[in-house]
Amino acid sequence: MPDGAMPLAGAASVLDVRNLKTVFRIRGGEVHAVNDVSFSLKAGELLGVVGESGSGKSVTMMSLLGLLPMPPAEVRGGTVRFEGQDLLQIGAEDLRRVRGGRIGFVFQDPMTSLNPVFTVGMQIMEPLRTHMGLSKTAARARAQELLELVGIPGAKQRLDDYPHQFSGGMRQRVMIAIALACDPQVLIADEPTTALDVTIQAQIIELMLELRQRLGMAVIWITHDLGVIAGIADRVMVMYGGQVVEHAPVKELFANPQHPYTRALLTTIPRISGARAHRLTVIQGQPPIMGAAPTACPFRDRCDVAIPRCAVENPPRFDLGGGHDAACFVAKGAV
Amino acid sequence: MLTYTLRRLLIAIPTLLFIAFVIFMLLELAPGDPMANMPLTIPPEVKEKMREALGLGQPWYVRFPLWLNQFFIVEPQYWIDGLFGTNFADGAQRIISFQSRSPVFDTIAQRLPQTLWVVGMSYVVGVLIALPIGIISAYRQYSVFDQAGTFVSMIGFSVPPFFSGVLLIVIFSVTLGWLPSIYDTTLVVNDWASFKQQLAQMVMPVMVLALQTTAQVSRYMRASMLDNLGQDYVRTARAKGMRESVVVLRHVLRNSMIPVITVIALGIPSIFGGAIITEQIFKVNGLGQLLIIALQGNDIPMVMTLTFLFAILIVLFNLIADVLYGVFDPRIRYD
Repeated sequence: MPDGAMPLAGAASVLDVRNLKTVFRIRGGEVHAVNDVSFSLKAGELLGVVGESGSGKSVTMMSLLGLLPMPPAEVRGGTVRFEGQDLLQIGAEDLRRVRGGRIGFVFQDPMTSLNPVFTVGMQIMEPLRTHMGLSKTAARARAQELLELVGIPGAKQRLDDYPHQFSGGMRQRVMIAIALACDPQVLIADEPTTALDVTIQAQIIELMLELRQRLGMAVIWITHDLGVIAGIADRVMVMYGGQVVEHAPVKELFANPQHPYTRALLTTIPRISGARAHRLTVIQGQPPIMGAAPTACPFRDRCDVAIPRCAVENPPRFDLGGGHDAACFVAKGAV
Repeated sequence: MLTYTLRRLLIAIPTLLFIAFVIFMLLELAPGDPMANMPLTIPPEVKEKMREALGLGQPWYVRFPLWLNQFFIVEPQYWIDGLFGTNFADGAQRIISFQSRSPVFDTIAQRLPQTLWVVGMSYVVGVLIALPIGIISAYRQYSVFDQAGTFVSMIGFSVPPFFSGVLLIVIFSVTLGWLPSIYDTTLVVNDWASFKQQLAQMVMPVMVLALQTTAQVSRYMRASMLDNLGQDYVRTARAKGMRESVVVLRHVLRNSMIPVITVIALGIPSIFGGAIITEQIFKVNGLGQLLIIALQGNDIPMVMTLTFLFAILIVLFNLIADVLYGVFDPRIRYD
């Protein structure tokens, strides 16, 4: 199995993405933002997706649910199996029912992600009424339950408050309540803690983990914070240049990173113990902007172990055993 | 909100008194003689007597308080007397037009209906056309519809009514003979035929004026919609699985209307100002025409009263716009 994730024994996958390709059409060309991404998500599992800004993490997840503005975006190929259907093939109307109903989304910036002119209660009730057909009173009761679930004190009164009356952390709790409203199978959290300060981050992470335990949903957690991922994920997928470059169970990835990009990422985490470093470690250079489908390894210009073959062929994801794979010729050769 | 409104109303009083003083002094300083249109055969000493009879012999610090007294006390008393048959006014001196020697407010009351019908209707029509154009133009940015809308707006902005009005008359009155070119003020609408006649004579002036309103308001609406369509909360609404119509017409529109409502409210005083040029072209004897004739005849009381009424309306609708802003945007609280 050179390409794609290996299903773990015993667990059925709820979401299975194969060879997803997304392209943005821009003036005078195209940007290949997602290139042949494959992964699967098992029931109740937390999959971490890591990568620099512009590596295609968010675009991948938004492609699944048709959340990208089209045009300029265009999903060129692939399949997304979810609950027995292909999300890329079903119509816009069916996809809309999946969004917010079966798959919930939490976005990065809670300060701007809520509509400022509607009450928080109304914004939580909206998906309940649309997807579950609840009456106004039933939806309100459920909205109150949800606010209590995400730990907002005085939930009943706060339903009638507007977003600007909440702090950043509280707003993110509201966003989580909205995403969880219809008991989704899958929750996609797109950098849910990036815009929050550290203490609030810790609270939100704790809340998400607790809710996952309680509700048993699968979570895809997008972040560029490796420290967060190490603590919460079951499996980790590292993305670079719109591709999955490495994928492994979390312990394996941190103990035994095989792709040079993953190794470089791990060295960039600042240490607070040990000898004092003079400078923070950086990965030299910029992530590439893919003007065409890749014909070479996208990381070769910044890679310290590149071989001539990297410039003429894009490495597929080589299976390294134990649910670990990496898209690197050198890593493959080392096994 | 109530205290805010009351406070604003109180502040409006000195503002308006100051405006009244400035208008009065401007007219006082302006060259021109109300007697200029009198026959030359009248001897100068007789003219001087007539001037004194009009009250022009007094210095400004006597005439200004007199005018204030007439405007704020005597005229409202006459108005109440007219409504309830009381006798508060007790024959006090009203504001009298130099030209017609009749009370200024009687003339205004005669002219107001024409202006409200034609200019007010054009405003309503213009806004009602502009809002959907703005919404669709923004939602389908750069589409054929948007391009056409932009083109029509450009025409509305750049073609003056003395051109478009005359053009319409040439086409629909002279060449085709469908519509009357002169607005008949004496027409009494009491049956179907006279109603149709009223409609026919209103069509052209309303269209000429509505084009200008549409051009402005649709641009505001479009810009405001575009601002909001790119916001994060729109993505949230889509991720919640809301129907596209709900996303655009509830979430985006509600936010976009906030600045547009302000613009619409601030435009309302200009209705009462009449449409000076358009009223001239179509011979609508409304307030705009009244003001022009009064200016030409040095009819100081008429000009003073009309100008001050516009000032009151502008101050009032500024206040209304601010209050509406607070009503529609929950983030704004005045208390």
